[in-house]
Amino acid sequence: MEFTSTVREKKHVVPKKKYSPVREFWVNFRRQKTAFFASMFILLLIIIAFVGPSIAPYDPYQPDYDATLQGPSSEHVLGTDEYGRDIFSRILVGTRITLSVSMSSVLIGAVVGTVLGIMSGYFGGWLDRIIMRSSDVMFAFPDLLLAIAIVAILGPGLNNVIIAVSVFSVPSFARLVRSSTLEAKENTFVEAAKSMGAPHKRIMFKHIFPETVSGLIVFVTMRIGGAIIAASSLSFLGLGASPETPDWGAMLSMGRDYLGTASHVVMMPGIAIFLTVLAFNLIGDGLRDVLDPKTKNE
Amino acid sequence: MFQYILKRIIEMIPLLLVISILSFLFIHMIPGDPARLVAGKDATLEDVNRVSIELGLDQPIWKQYISFMGNLFQGDLGTSLKTGLPVSTMFADRFMPSVYLTLLSMGWAVVIGLIIGTLSAVFKNKWPDHLGMVTAVSGISLPGFWLGLILIQIFSVQLGWFPTGGSEGWKSYVLPSITLGAGIMSMLARFTRSSLLETLKADFIRTGRAKGLKESSVLTKHALRNSLIPVVTIAGLQFGFLLGGSVVVETVFSFPGMGRLLIDSIAFRDYPVIQSALLLFSVEFILVNLIVDILYSTLNPKIQYES
Repeated sequence: MEFTSTVREKKHVVPKKKYSPVREFWVNFRRQKTAFFASMFILLLIIIAFVGPSIAPYDPYQPDYDATLQGPSSEHVLGTDEYGRDIFSRILVGTRITLSVSMSSVLIGAVVGTVLGIMSGYFGGWLDRIIMRSSDVMFAFPDLLLAIAIVAILGPGLNNVIIAVSVFSVPSFARLVRSSTLEAKENTFVEAAKSMGAPHKRIMFKHIFPETVSGLIVFVTMRIGGAIIAASSLSFLGLGASPETPDWGAMLSMGRDYLGTASHVVMMPGIAIFLTVLAFNLIGDGLRDVLDPKTKNE
Repeated sequence: MFQYILKRIIEMIPLLLVISILSFLFIHMIPGDPARLVAGKDATLEDVNRVSIELGLDQPIWKQYISFMGNLFQGDLGTSLKTGLPVSTMFADRFMPSVYLTLLSMGWAVVIGLIIGTLSAVFKNKWPDHLGMVTAVSGISLPGFWLGLILIQIFSVQLGWFPTGGSEGWKSYVLPSITLGAGIMSMLARFTRSSLLETLKADFIRTGRAKGLKESSVLTKHALRNSLIPVVTIAGLQFGFLLGGSVVVETVFSFPGMGRLLIDSIAFRDYPVIQSALLLFSVEFILVNLIVDILYSTLNPKIQYES
C-alpha cells in the first residue's frame, strides 16, 4: 500500500484486447510491486508444500543424536534441533501443514460465513436477527480464547485446530457478507430478477454473491495471516500439533528450552512464520487497493 | 448521557445471560460423561457416582443451571479439581496482574500507534510514512510468542536487563507488555493513518486552512479529533485480541496471570477453572466494549443519547 501511490498516479493503461474484469485486475495487481512480489513468495511456498518432502535433504523425523543442537553449517543449512533433526528439512515439510491448516480453516469459515451472511442480509427479519445475535455472542469470546475453548472441549490436535479457527472466522465473514448483501440488494438488476420470478437461491448466488466477491477475496487473504498465527499459537501452547510433527509453531515451542544455548532452534521456524504471515498481509493490502477502492488507504 | 449508559447496560443483559448459559454448558459439551472426566481415568464406578452427586449432575439440567447461577452471584465459582481450592481464591491473586499487563500494553500501544499513524499521514509517502508502515505491517505479522522469545533472548539472556519471567516488580512487566502491545500498536498505526488521511480530505479541513488556521491547529483540533472516532472503536474491538494474546504472552514469560492459569488448567483438564476463566474473560471483554461505547459517544457529538 505505502509503496504503490506513485504507481497509481500513472495513467491507466487501456487494455487493447476485449475488456475482461480478470485482465483488468491482473494489470492493476501487477503494478502493486510489493504485493506482487509477496504473491510470488506464496506461490513458491505452495510449490514447496507439494514437493517439500521430496526435496528435503534429510528425513524430518529421523533423530541423529550425534548432531544435536548444531548451529547452521554447510551440512545443516539452518542447523539441527534437540534430537539432531535437520531444521531446514522440517521447515520444508512443515510448509504443507502451515498452508493447509490456515487456508482450509479460513475457507471453511468463509464458506459458512458467506452463506449465513447472504441469507441474513437477503431475507432480513427473524433469520437476520438470529444470525446476527449469535454472531454477537461469538464476538463476546475473543478470537483466540474461543479457539482455546473449542480445543479444550474437543482435545488437542491439528484437525481440532482447523475446526476452532474456522468457527471463530464464521461471524466476521457473516457480518462482512451481510453488509455487502444489503448494499447489493438495492441494485436494479436484483429487482429485475425478482420481478421475473427468479427463485431466492438463484438471486442470492447468481446476482448478489458476485457483488460480495471482491470484499471477500481481500478479507480471506487478510485472515489467512491471522489464521497462521492463531494455529501456530495453539501449537505453541501445546493445544495443536503434537511435538514430533514438523509444525512451525510446535518446533518453536520445543526450542524455547534451548533459547540461551541454541537460539537458532527458535529463530528459524519463527522467521518462516513471520515471512509467510507478512506475505499474506502484503498481498491483502495490495488486493484491497485494487479490488476495494472504498477502503483504499490513499 | 446517563440514560444512554443505562440503556447500553440493559442491552447487555441478554448477552450476558446467553454467555452464562454457554459457559454453564461448557462442561456438558465435552464428549463423554462429565462426572467420569472429573473423577479421573482410574476412578471406580462408585467414585464417578459420588462425583456426579457432588457436582449435582444427577439433577435435571435446568436445576443445575439455576444452582450454577446462584453460586455465581455469591462469588462461588466452584472448586479446582487439581488444587482443591475454591476457583475464586485462585483467581484472586492472578486477576490483577493480568489486568495491569493488558492495560499497560494497551496504553503504550495506543500512544505509540497514534503517533506513528499521525506522522505517517502527515508525511504521506515520505520516509517517516514508509518507516512507520513497514514497522506496522511487520508488527501485525509477528507471532506474539516469537517476539516474546526474541526479546527474552536479547534483553534477558544477553543483556540481563529484565527478568525472563515471573512477576517481581515493574521490571517483569516491561517485556510482556511490549510483546502483547506490538500487534495492537501496528493495527492502530495503520488505522489512524488511513482514518486521518480520509479526514484531511474533508471540506472543514480546507475551510480551516483557508481561513488561515495554523497547520498544527488544523491537525490537532480538527482532523485528529474526528479521525479518533473510528480509532477508538477499533481499539475497543482489539481488546479481545489482547485478552487472547495475554494467554500466549503469559505462557512465554511464565507470568502468573489468568491466561497462564487457563492454559495450565487445560493441560490438567481442570474443568471448573477453565469454565470460570472463559466466563470471566468474556465478561471482561463485554465490559470493555461498553466503556468504549461510552467513550465513543463522548467523542462523537453526532450520537444521540435519547431514542
